[in-house]
Amino acid sequence: MTNLIVELSKYGLAILAALYTLMSFFILKQKGAGQEKGFGLQRVILFFLHFLAYAVMYLQAENDKLLVFYVAQVLLVSLVQILFQAVYPGTNRLVLNNMCFLLSVGFIVLTRLSYDGAVKQFQIALASLLVCFFVPFLIRKLGFLSRISWLYGGVGLFLLVMVMLFGKNSNGAKLALSLGNNFALQPSEFVKILFALFTASRLAKSTALWDVAVTSLVAGAHVVILVLSKDLGGALIFFVMYLIVLYVAAKRPLYLFGGLAAGCVASFVAYQLFAHVRVRVLAWSDPFSYIDKEGYQITQSLFAIGTGGWFGMGLFQGTPNKIPYVEQDFVFSAVAEELGGIFAICLILVCLSSFLMFVNIAMQLREPFYRLAALGLGTLYGFQVFLTIGGGIKCIPSTGVTLPLVSYGGSSLLASLLSFSIIQGMYLLREDEETKIEKEKRVPKREKTKKIKKES
Amino acid sequence: MVTYLFTGLFTLLIGYLVYFEGVLRVDVINNPYNSRQETFAEHVIRGKILASDGTVLAETLVAPDGTETRSYPYGAIFAHVVGYGSHGRSGVEALGNFNLLTSNAFLPERITRELKEEKNVGDNLVTTLDMDLQRAAFAALGDQRGAVVALEPSTGKILCMVSKPDFDPNEIASQWEHWNSLESQDSVLYNRATQGLYAPGSVFKVVTLLAYLRENPEAEETTFSCSGSLTQGEYTISCYGKKAHGTQSLQKAFANSCNTAFSQIGLELDLTAFSRTCDGLLFGKELPVPIPYSISSFALKPGAGDHERMMTAMGQGQTMVSPMHMALITSSIANHGVLMEPYLIDRVENYTGELVRTWKPRVYGALMTDMESQKLTEYMEQVVEEGTAKSLKNLPISVAGKTGSAEYSSDKSKSHAWFIGFTTEEERDLAVCVLVEGAGSGGEHAVPIARVLFEAYYSGRRDSEND
Repeated sequence: MTNLIVELSKYGLAILAALYTLMSFFILKQKGAGQEKGFGLQRVILFFLHFLAYAVMYLQAENDKLLVFYVAQVLLVSLVQILFQAVYPGTNRLVLNNMCFLLSVGFIVLTRLSYDGAVKQFQIALASLLVCFFVPFLIRKLGFLSRISWLYGGVGLFLLVMVMLFGKNSNGAKLALSLGNNFALQPSEFVKILFALFTASRLAKSTALWDVAVTSLVAGAHVVILVLSKDLGGALIFFVMYLIVLYVAAKRPLYLFGGLAAGCVASFVAYQLFAHVRVRVLAWSDPFSYIDKEGYQITQSLFAIGTGGWFGMGLFQGTPNKIPYVEQDFVFSAVAEELGGIFAICLILVCLSSFLMFVNIAMQLREPFYRLAALGLGTLYGFQVFLTIGGGIKCIPSTGVTLPLVSYGGSSLLASLLSFSIIQGMYLLREDEETKIEKEKRVPKREKTKKIKKES
Repeated sequence: MVTYLFTGLFTLLIGYLVYFEGVLRVDVINNPYNSRQETFAEHVIRGKILASDGTVLAETLVAPDGTETRSYPYGAIFAHVVGYGSHGRSGVEALGNFNLLTSNAFLPERITRELKEEKNVGDNLVTTLDMDLQRAAFAALGDQRGAVVALEPSTGKILCMVSKPDFDPNEIASQWEHWNSLESQDSVLYNRATQGLYAPGSVFKVVTLLAYLRENPEAEETTFSCSGSLTQGEYTISCYGKKAHGTQSLQKAFANSCNTAFSQIGLELDLTAFSRTCDGLLFGKELPVPIPYSISSFALKPGAGDHERMMTAMGQGQTMVSPMHMALITSSIANHGVLMEPYLIDRVENYTGELVRTWKPRVYGALMTDMESQKLTEYMEQVVEEGTAKSLKNLPISVAGKTGSAEYSSDKSKSHAWFIGFTTEEERDLAVCVLVEGAGSGGEHAVPIARVLFEAYYSGRRDSEND
């Protein structure tokens, strides 16, 4: 009987994921109450998806702790939904729903891979969400955020240098600073946010040649330090984000193409200089010839995805733990193996839908700093998703970055939740901007102050 | 702009994933390093492997208590080509593992079985192997060591593949240790047809001839005089049995397999062009062979000494080749110069016989021009007409071929017997390669085996025409 339920649940999970995904694209076409209803339905679908996955895992693992863990997750997600919507009525429902979807998928996969790891992830999520809850409020209150560019740049560079000098060596790359015995921090995850804010604040102020040169120099310093720490994925993400924000701010294609050309030259030089770059490229171009060593991780990942097929092996039916670093860099492959190719494609599309919403929010903002910051954070997110999934399916060489909100890892999770909340906060600003303009147009000054008071 | 760029990137990801799941998947899963294959076996009873006429070559028997045994009704006859399904897998058992462990039975039936927690029945593989040819080749090779390969030149179907010494795959579990131990020096598990590398001897003269014809437009008018041996400096090359062939045309020299004439050619050939011809015939290259094989080698470099040039031109020297590779070259000569990719699995059927998937013949590429293949055919016909394979003349079908006797050690009296050949009637649908280790001359020891194959092929064709 369990066998049958596992078998049928594969199709159920794929269908629910597909429904959720379709709705994230089509709800936006509707207006007003219909849209609100749609988002509500999306939450119901997510609830059933999450329930079905845990039911299947409980039937097989027969571990009562799972029940408690499941209830805790439902409470957390419900609380996030209720609190955000109550305190910030203008909350962007799609960003909020997608955040919950990705978190839930992360919990499901991590529970499958390692129960203890998932519990740790849950605790970090709880603490992070507590912090994130105040982020939109702070963004609205702290007007000086756009003026402290050197603080962002300085702190960011300082943290990166600290990692380069004192970082723990894992897999040849220096990523983390140990603080105490079993607590390690990956500062580059947070520096990403600082870097986006730095870039946005500098370029919002001026895109004159001299200023661009100075900004680019500091941005280049970030990238070079990351390369020296051998965090190639990170370096690439920083680089691409900077180019895109620069292009949008200055509106000069020359910057984009010049930057891309420089990037190509730099990649070539890196390929010649660093052995670990060549290993990654080799493992990508011909993994099966080096299956015992360089290509081991990627071939295990391909075996996992291939064996899973369109509908997956079913939860607990595969062997995703054979992929080294599956919880961090190859979590997508674990999803594809047990939940199937269709579910995996839905996951890509939900990430895309989040990204598109981020860019959409950015483009609606009038204040250049917020606009560029939202765009920067969105680009960081989008490109990181591209790198990790592309690496996992051997579409591009693997760079060893995490899938935001799904992968295991406290720093990554907190930083991703912060990004989502910052963008959420900026979305709420947009509403302020709109009401401000409307009132300036129509309402006499006296009434305006009154209304604002009422609002706050 | 940013939106389009990223939407493009994400679409690329999805597109690649779809391509992977749809196209690349089967090959990836089938990789022997994929330990996940074992999990399939927990849900599916391994399917059958069938000969082209439907005869069962391998099947899984399930005892009342659920114990599964893989049974091979024809034992050693199909040992290497069908292979074994446990202990690392080989042959078709390895090649088609994914299909054998996938069930495409009627969907409601599959779900019912899932519900009852019963295993589903895996799909059957219908191979290209011909019962009559395989049995004939197996019997003809007898207790001798060696290999026989037969292909259908127009499609690339592998019709038979025998390697000796053999083993009985039914005993794989009990004999595995022994077969792999050092005391067992027969290497029975080794598929000599694809993995064995041998000095080609005179069958290589086909290659030398092609290079010579390409280089000299007037080659056909050249005459050679043979006194039984040729001395160049301190080295002497002799004809088989020191026989003096006298004055002869190129065609005669080929038909008589005259070493003296071919050593002469070896001294004349431009080595760069010779190398290029060998490259074109896939020496030192990967072959489109679906099961494990060894890469052949041709080591004559520009600037090589006279002795090496003479030896290489007549098929000795450093050249090493597998019987499968010689069969592929033969097959391309028979098929107007075009090599078809050889294949072993013709189609997949579910256990009730419904078609799941078929393999279509695929062109690998032209190894030579149609003109060149015609020329080589003409020369090879003369070998049967009046040369070293005269004993094939009175067959009911006309054939062309080339014999070889390859010395492989300092003991000049020992040689591997070779024969390559094909039917030359309207439909040239059989190409064979026979190799018998250390047997003696090709004419005496390999040709009779080829003869058995041609006869079996002929009677099989006549039977099917009468049906």
